[in-house]
Amino acid sequence: MDRFDRHYNLKGFGQKSQQKLQDAKVLVVGAGGLGCPVLLYLASVGFGKIGIVDGDLVSESNLSRQVLFGQHDLGKNKAEAAVQILRGKYNDIELVSIPEYLNRENVTEYLHDYDLVVDGSDNFPTRYLVNDACVLLGKPLVFGALYQNEGQVAVFNTSGIQSVNYRDIYPIPPSAHEVPNCNEAGVLGVFPGIIGCMMASEAIKLVSGFGEILDGKMLYYNFLNHSEYKIELTKDPQSEISRPKSANDLMQMDYQDFCGLSSQINWEDVIPLMEEFGDTVLVDLRQPHEEPELEDIPFIRVPMNQIHLKNSELARTNTILLFCQTGIRSMKASKLLQEKYPDKYIRSISGGINSFDLNL
Amino acid sequence: MKLIVKVFGKISEEIGESEFMIEKSDNIASLKSEINTIYPQLKDLKFAIAVNKKLSTDSDKIPEGAEIALLPPFSGG
Repeated sequence: MDRFDRHYNLKGFGQKSQQKLQDAKVLVVGAGGLGCPVLLYLASVGFGKIGIVDGDLVSESNLSRQVLFGQHDLGKNKAEAAVQILRGKYNDIELVSIPEYLNRENVTEYLHDYDLVVDGSDNFPTRYLVNDACVLLGKPLVFGALYQNEGQVAVFNTSGIQSVNYRDIYPIPPSAHEVPNCNEAGVLGVFPGIIGCMMASEAIKLVSGFGEILDGKMLYYNFLNHSEYKIELTKDPQSEISRPKSANDLMQMDYQDFCGLSSQINWEDVIPLMEEFGDTVLVDLRQPHEEPELEDIPFIRVPMNQIHLKNSELARTNTILLFCQTGIRSMKASKLLQEKYPDKYIRSISGGINSFDLNL
Repeated sequence: MKLIVKVFGKISEEIGESEFMIEKSDNIASLKSEINTIYPQLKDLKFAIAVNKKLSTDSDKIPEGAEIALLPPFSGG
């Protein structure tokens, strides 16, 4: 008997299906609310190789839903912590941590090694990037996403270019602030667990051939009343227009800009701007408990929920640079402040503290 | 003859209902403008539209008694 004995006994599954899982290599994008339950189950059912890509660090507000992690993991990189935890449970699967965010430069290299991708990321630029890379490389994509108490699950790109992909449903991304993520909109810890388990189920069924998958379909699930709504998807020729057609096209594609997230600067620009404009104020929009702290550069803290209040330091200066954890709150704040102070130079720092490089 | 429109995510939040009734339109494009007249707050939102649980495009005709769904994208994870 081995740890997959119950799979062998299950009618219609058996040793043959189990072997398919053990031969499969899956990349999980994001070890967050969706990624954690996905990873727990993909590891427990015995996928042969699991790659985990996430540049984010575990913070206290993650712990209500990111069930792989506990209080002793605070401040650790999520991909590395997840691999360490799963290694402690199983010695018969290969685990690879990629402690970075996916971007147009690294996505092709990282996806290349895997047979399928499970996307549990938390922002539109990454979702379009992962979709486009999967279409280009011919990798099936298990997709899942949340908005408050509702979830979406779908399987894209199962049979190459003829298959439906994310752009067939949403050829044009929503504008920057149209759809808040979990940090902004809130979510009850157990709900990403449900959607994440659905995503893991789809990955398992896809590889093993057991049952039916949401191939070319999208399922809407409502956590509050258990209602489900399943849509049959179709190819939209319009969607092909903006999709990158080659690895080179993909390298040229600015996913932040495509998703309306411009008026941003990078960390490299921060020091030169502060030197040029002596009155520049750098603002940390995060709550005091969020990690890591910014070191060696002077900043003030104005939590996002107080940004609309009167603030003499912001009123006085002409140059305001905003950062948060991932660049989403700072983008929102830059819009708010720009409306309030149309004459000031206000920029959001792209990618937030997560993209801060100590070597700068 | 009215059509039933089911709504999800941010759209449901904006209008405070999970479904509403609307006068029948011939195709998706005219349905969209009808929806924008009744709910101007949806004008700037992006969403896909399904007719009888099938994803549709602007030129698709809407049959009698069809069930419509307005499907916004989600990004949370």
